[in-house]
Amino acid sequence: MGVGIEVRGLNAWYGKNQSLNSIDMTVPANHVTAVIGPSGCGKSTFVRCLNRMHETIPEARAAGSVKVGDMDIYGSGTDPVEVRRRIGMVFQKPNPFPSMSIYDNVAAGLKLNGFRNRKQTDELVERSLKLSALWDEVKENLHKKSGASLSGGQQQRLCIARALAVEPEVLLMDEPASALDPISTSKIEELIFQLKQHYTVVIVTHNMQQAARVAELTGFFLMGSLIEYDKTEKIFTTPADKRTEDYITGRFG
Amino acid sequence: MRGVSLWRRLTNQGATAFAIAAAILVLVPLLAIFVYLVIKGIGSVNIAFLTQTPKPPGEVGGGMANAIVGTALILGVASVIGVPLGIGAGIYLAEYGRNRFGDAIRFTADVLNGVPSIVIGVAVYSLIVVRQKHFSAFSGGIALGIMMIPTVARATEEMLLMVPNVIREAAYGLGIPKWRTTLSVSLRTASAGVITGCMLAFARVAGETAPLLFTAFGNQFWNLKLNQPTAALSLQVYTYALSPYDDWHKQAWAGSLILIILIVGAVAAVRIATSRGRLKGA
Repeated sequence: MGVGIEVRGLNAWYGKNQSLNSIDMTVPANHVTAVIGPSGCGKSTFVRCLNRMHETIPEARAAGSVKVGDMDIYGSGTDPVEVRRRIGMVFQKPNPFPSMSIYDNVAAGLKLNGFRNRKQTDELVERSLKLSALWDEVKENLHKKSGASLSGGQQQRLCIARALAVEPEVLLMDEPASALDPISTSKIEELIFQLKQHYTVVIVTHNMQQAARVAELTGFFLMGSLIEYDKTEKIFTTPADKRTEDYITGRFG
Repeated sequence: MRGVSLWRRLTNQGATAFAIAAAILVLVPLLAIFVYLVIKGIGSVNIAFLTQTPKPPGEVGGGMANAIVGTALILGVASVIGVPLGIGAGIYLAEYGRNRFGDAIRFTADVLNGVPSIVIGVAVYSLIVVRQKHFSAFSGGIALGIMMIPTVARATEEMLLMVPNVIREAAYGLGIPKWRTTLSVSLRTASAGVITGCMLAFARVAGETAPLLFTAFGNQFWNLKLNQPTAALSLQVYTYALSPYDDWHKQAWAGSLILIILIVGAVAAVRIATSRGRLKGA
């Protein structure tokens, strides 16, 4: 089951450049929440702060309060590795492990974290690949083919399966379909819609139609600030802020 | 327009011809050496050569069996020292060494790479042989192992830096700790290149003579102990080639041939072993 996210006063920096200014946002459990905005507005940085991936970049840091369920992400005793185990992430470009088979890709998060139960691993791999709608396409070649041999769309679904296999509570997706063709994109979108039964999903997207199709809630970011955050329908039909309206009507961005 | 396309075609063909000629030129000395070795050496390679120890000076016959085994022994010690230390240093340089300490190590490795091999032999002689008061296969292996480290380290570093960062991010995103990511994801992704680096280092030191002159020293008799003076093919070839005996000259050619075959064989064996089980599309 998914859990909700509470963001309070979140700031982030790259070196001396501040890229997020005091973000407050409440993401409800088992919903899909979209984050939109022009390039460089901080939307990717924002989701990378939610699982402490931001700080893996040299000189990058973040401060503020993020609570995911009962876990205080930036609490002093919180281990970032543990955070990332509970909050999965799918990246913009499909990034399967090229030297591993399809099976090993999906099982990587389990095996490399010391999970040794063979039978349970088999079950989790199958379940994750079915959830990500890839199972039927790869079940014959699980051990024979490398993850890198799949098509771009399949690779991205493989990456989703890999993230799901460790049974996270939240799934962060950073423009998961931006490198894919329309058919693969629609498959991923269908998949996101299914996933919210089990997970809380936060998706960054460039594509406003995509946000409108998959998300119940949408936040609009501009220059490192959250300008407006509301029901998707409201954002796209009657936005409260002039800048949101300008963006969604295509006047800039 | 016609003139342009003719000119393009000519330069294209010219450049292709140049590339092919360069490739052939590179192969010529290699093939020439190998063919010459086979012609000169094959006549003296026989069962006795491969199974017997050297005969006393002046007598005809005998072989280099002890030197073949000695070379394997010394190279084994060298690889046990050079490969793990080199890979470890390479991992440090690529994953943690983006700082002044890393730069210092990088510089040191490059300097070590350029140190004449005989100097390394002298250093190991004074540090180990003098202290232990006798020559040994072990000290020879250390000298060659030291020579392997910088090559292996820099190759490992280069190969790890070629692993795209998104691969590491994928692992971090799964909650895999950094050390695990480095070993099981980055190093594994770079493994083909790292193995090539190790093989290059191995092949380079396998034929070294100078560092063995006063470490392994050479031996006319069988020895399988690491702490005793040990024969090596390169040393034996050196001694035999300088001798006044015709039969030893022939055996020196045969020894060179066997050395080359052993090196090529070892490299090929590692290649085959590591390419087995490679996945489709990897």
